Amino acid sequence: MELFFSQILDGVSIGSVLLVSATGLAIVFGLMGVINLAHGEFMMLGAYVTFVVQSIFKPMGGVLFELYFPIALVAAFVVTALVGVLLERTLIRQLYGRPLETLLATWGVSLIMVQLIRSVTTAMIAAIVAGVLLGLLAVRFLAARFAEYPFFPYLRGVVWAAALGVGLAINGALASVRPLASAWFGPRNIDVTAPKWLQGSWGKIAGIELPGIRIFIILLSVALLLAMLWFLRKSVWGLRMRAVTQNRQMSNCLGIPTDRVDSITFGIGSGLAGVAGVGITLLGSVGPNLGAAYIVSCFMVIVLGGVGNLTGTVIASLLLGILQSVIGSGSILIAFPDLPASVKGVVEFFATTSMSLVLVFTFIIAFLQFRPNGMFPQKGRSVEV
Amino acid sequence: MISQAPAPATARGTLLRVSGVNVYYGESHILRNVDLKIPEGEMVCLIGRNGVGKTTFLKTLIGLLHHKSGTIDYEGSQLLSEPPYQRARRGIGYVSQGRDIIPQLTVKENLLLGMEALPGGLARNRHIDPLVFDLFPILEKFLARKGGDLSGGQQQQLAIARALLGKPKLLLLDEPTEGIQPSVILDIERAVHRIMNETGISVLLVEQHLHFVRQSSYYYAMQRGGIVASGPTTSLSDAVVKEFLTV
Repeated sequence: MELFFSQILDGVSIGSVLLVSATGLAIVFGLMGVINLAHGEFMMLGAYVTFVVQSIFKPMGGVLFELYFPIALVAAFVVTALVGVLLERTLIRQLYGRPLETLLATWGVSLIMVQLIRSVTTAMIAAIVAGVLLGLLAVRFLAARFAEYPFFPYLRGVVWAAALGVGLAINGALASVRPLASAWFGPRNIDVTAPKWLQGSWGKIAGIELPGIRIFIILLSVALLLAMLWFLRKSVWGLRMRAVTQNRQMSNCLGIPTDRVDSITFGIGSGLAGVAGVGITLLGSVGPNLGAAYIVSCFMVIVLGGVGNLTGTVIASLLLGILQSVIGSGSILIAFPDLPASVKGVVEFFATTSMSLVLVFTFIIAFLQFRPNGMFPQKGRSVEV
Repeated sequence: MISQAPAPATARGTLLRVSGVNVYYGESHILRNVDLKIPEGEMVCLIGRNGVGKTTFLKTLIGLLHHKSGTIDYEGSQLLSEPPYQRARRGIGYVSQGRDIIPQLTVKENLLLGMEALPGGLARNRHIDPLVFDLFPILEKFLARKGGDLSGGQQQQLAIARALLGKPKLLLLDEPTEGIQPSVILDIERAVHRIMNETGISVLLVEQHLHFVRQSSYYYAMQRGGIVASGPTTSLSDAVVKEFLTV
């Protein structure tokens, strides 16, 4: 029974991570109708930021190293939010109102991010920064003189192509220097160690150990959820976001800068994914392909809970986490040792992480046959309009 | 030699001057060479049957649609491709035909959003001018209700109050009396009058309700996307009304 309970606790903590990430996905979808397939990669990015912060703090050792985790949380949020804003400004904005193209484009972005993490080197970063700066400066300089001419778009294209060439040349030149050319992370999994205060038990309730990591993740996601609620309900930008979500055109006519609302929302959504990624470093292995493992679960949470419904998202994510953990760990076998052999075989068959996901998703698909709009669909006049 | 033309278009006292404006929805040509001007502090009425392009014209002024040719001079400078929120901040208030109350927000939040058009936006302006409650007392009673739960007439009052809180110089009203009970129509007419007298704003009214039309100082009649008749409203004869308004 204790094992069973601790499995549920495991499930709740996985569910909490899903919850944070799915909330980010949901507010972006609600506001802009954009399904961000790179959301999982933002989680991955958050996990890698944690790794970087840890690597910076490791040589300091002692108390400072113990403190790295909260700093990693903030850093992961800020970095992923900034990358999100950049993505929105450069790419998503161009595809507004074209959901299929957005889907494809964000999938492409996810592939780029995965490969970037695998093969990023100092030389590559230097080349990218130099190329982009050069391109921007050149285009700005030329725009001042030639913006009026019909050939300007072609000129801009040529300039960017030249900047790309310069970038490639810089990369090639720097790559001959050994320390600049070695990959930062490489394709293999990286190792994030939790600080000591998170490891081990945080006490007992009714004879059941409370593992620090699990409790910390659950508390973190509750805090984030409350902060998000406060932001949406009480802050000025939250009010603007809710207004734009419900009626973009009229919000625009009232004087709400919808483009900035889009950027901020996308930034917050990505930032939440980043924080969820920090949580993942405590739960499982961290590698470049981490995103793919979680994005599907995030989508399932949103579909199951009902789009645009926070209560639904909470319940669905916890349910998904618990089911996945209980089935996947095979603890049903230990909790009920007297099952007949045939049932035992079936349970054993599904007692791996991937097979448990298959089973859970089958449940969800079956459920959606009866409630196509999820557990808590939005009701009322405003939905039908 | 280049001759120095006198300051174009905006003679003193004209807030908005539209000349030769053409607007397209994709391939279809909706507005054809529309000319119109709105003097400061006056109410101008745009009449015409359903589907002639009146709403399209208002959407062009607020910036939801963009004109392909022609000029729109507002307060001495041209409106080009500014998004609606920048035009709102320059003093154009818009009350749309569907009223467009944000349904899940409370009446109070809807009113607050009206102040986004003020300098500094909502962050600097959190106090709702009690004038709007004076104009539409019902709103004060319903402050905590959801906007989507109000009746059509109440929503119309809310939409006008919301636009007024942005302290516009030009108020665009798109059929404010459509589908609304007569007593509320009178309330709305009275409120618009009072605001014009007290603050001197200009109003462009798109309307089919004749009583309201008669209160404007100039009229423009639209047919198939072009202005076909105009003049002081006093000269708006029954024959003209019959031709351009009655179905």
